[in-house]
Amino acid sequence: MSDISQQDSWQKLKCFTAARIALGRCGVSLPTREVLRFGIAHAQARDAVHLPFDAEALAARLTAHGFTTLMAQSQACDRPTYLRRPDLGRKLAPAARQALCAAETSCDLVFMVGDGLSSRAVHEQAEPFLIEARSRLEKEGISVGPVVLARQARVALGDEVAECLQAKLVVVLIGERPGLSSPDSLGLYLTWQAHVGCSDADRNCISNIRGAGLSHALAAQKMTWLVLQARHLGLSGVNLKDESDLIEAQ
Amino acid sequence: MAYFSSIGVKRYRFDDLKTLMARATPERSGDCLAGVAAESAEERMAARLALADVPLSTFVEQALIPYESDEVTRLIMDSHDRAAFAEIASLSVGELRDWLLGDAADSAALARVAPGLTPEMVAAVSKLMRNQDLILVAAKCRVVTRFRNTIGLPGHLAVRLQPNHPTDDPRGIAASMLDGLLYGCGDAVIGINPATDSLSALATLEHLLADVIERYRIPTQSCILTHVTNSIQLIERSVPVDLVFQSIAGTERANAGFGINLAILDEAHQAALSLERGTLGDNVMYFETGQGSALSAGAHHGVDQQTCEARAYAVARRYRPLLVNTVVGFIGPEYLYDGKQIIRAGLEDHFCGKLLGLPLGCDVCYTNHAEADQDDMDTLLTLLGTAGVNFIMGVPGADDIMLNYQSTSFHDALYLRRVLGLKRAPEFEQWLVEMGVVDAGGRLLPASASHPLLGVMPKQEAA
Repeated sequence: MSDISQQDSWQKLKCFTAARIALGRCGVSLPTREVLRFGIAHAQARDAVHLPFDAEALAARLTAHGFTTLMAQSQACDRPTYLRRPDLGRKLAPAARQALCAAETSCDLVFMVGDGLSSRAVHEQAEPFLIEARSRLEKEGISVGPVVLARQARVALGDEVAECLQAKLVVVLIGERPGLSSPDSLGLYLTWQAHVGCSDADRNCISNIRGAGLSHALAAQKMTWLVLQARHLGLSGVNLKDESDLIEAQ
Repeated sequence: MAYFSSIGVKRYRFDDLKTLMARATPERSGDCLAGVAAESAEERMAARLALADVPLSTFVEQALIPYESDEVTRLIMDSHDRAAFAEIASLSVGELRDWLLGDAADSAALARVAPGLTPEMVAAVSKLMRNQDLILVAAKCRVVTRFRNTIGLPGHLAVRLQPNHPTDDPRGIAASMLDGLLYGCGDAVIGINPATDSLSALATLEHLLADVIERYRIPTQSCILTHVTNSIQLIERSVPVDLVFQSIAGTERANAGFGINLAILDEAHQAALSLERGTLGDNVMYFETGQGSALSAGAHHGVDQQTCEARAYAVARRYRPLLVNTVVGFIGPEYLYDGKQIIRAGLEDHFCGKLLGLPLGCDVCYTNHAEADQDDMDTLLTLLGTAGVNFIMGVPGADDIMLNYQSTSFHDALYLRRVLGLKRAPEFEQWLVEMGVVDAGGRLLPASASHPLLGVMPKQEAA
């Protein structure tokens, strides 16, 4: 593109931050290239929110890796409802509840994978993370139950899932609110003896799981540490401080 | 006491004042989520008809949230200035709208009655006002505050420089700060949202900002937007704190959710005043608010979110803040669904805050799961500039890489100055002229690679 816009003389400061600095200007306005660059990032973040969760495709890939999967759906019937009614995203649809309660399980831990606010995050991160996580958990002698794939899900939907499956521990993997530079970020929430009515203070969270953020291996390592501690202490949440960093440092 | 109105043959009943207020509110997703919104467009208008006839004195006699159980209600009732109220005491809500729009309600008259207005009165009248009414009346309000410069003068607009970084890296923060200063931003405050809660890391950030402000003699103030109890501890440790920040809400329980109450805010205010770091004035507090915070904390008592927001301004008013910032689109679509709702909420908050005598600014912003985009932000920004907003945010490229949302950029501030002829805080603009950042007319000059401000940065490249 032509050079009608005025460049800023402090380009080299860009190496210190990912923030959009030294963008240059045309008069007082953004140059065309920056308007377009921003537009692409916003489009990707929007698409991440509205892209439907392809649970069948994920189930097929997980099954190929030896996981058992179960399907579930919250009471939010579509995306507009999901965005307006967070309360409905925290409750299982009656049919899903029946199906989960009828499932025969015997395990220490269940995973729930929910679309949350970024299906893209789930599509891209859930499978490789689960493979990494299972191998670490099994080394510690922890049995991994079925993976529940939940549509239009909020974090607290995992509480009802855990109740239905009578699991001691539930780990929710969910698409995080996408930022302009992070449309693909996965969040993880671990809750000991989850039940309907648990609050955020009862959970431990690992966020920003993605290529440019926390790697799958490191996230799985942190999660395994939290799982072992939760089982040892019989609790999760604010009273379980994440000190997995200290272990790494030793 | 119930309220009634009729449209055609249909008669509507509203059980009490808070129900009437909620039903009269322009539609927004948060009130629907709370189950307090009108069920039809006609019910909403019926509520407005009834609300227009409610005497203002009703709000002095009836609390929406009981006096006994809520300290914000007690603050509103106990600090109500009856002498200031006398001038408008005989009016109904509908008549107050007419009075506010009339020529007799000039800047002096509005300042005179401000202590006599309660949050519920201004929230009620806002529900009868169109966007242009909210703009026109707010534009007549003058709220001027001072710390190291003068904010809120007519024809002026200040900008909070917000150089956030996801890991609080000092070089990353400094790079964004320089970018903003060289774009002529930072007169409202240089304010960082820290990623950390650690006191020593917070102290590092306070020193970073204080050193730059002192070294270049910048007529502005700094703020680290951490919990008020952290700021109190930093002050006790002799860290140079300019402004003390806190998020506040409009009910006692919602404030408890933020881990604060009036006693803690009193203590923080006194601590900040004790440092006497302001050179021109002693407005030392920076508050942030936003519609939906009370509902989000399960603490709205059946009161609509716009009225809860106005009640937060009663909390702010107690502390004569330098800045009050309504972070209007941050909370998400379950409270403000789309651009239309965000724009309306931004104008309401600015109007209500200004009418109550507060230095309102606005974080014109949205998240990626809201039905909004840059065009909506341009619209709200332009409307608020017209309404005389005291300050806006300045984030590099409008993209906050720490908080993951879109706000307004340094370029946006320049746009608003250009189309509306708005000037910076005079002391800050004079400094920019002396530093060769802008010309005598306030227009940006090209900065050379050897500009003295760039001396803030370490010489070596990032690792």
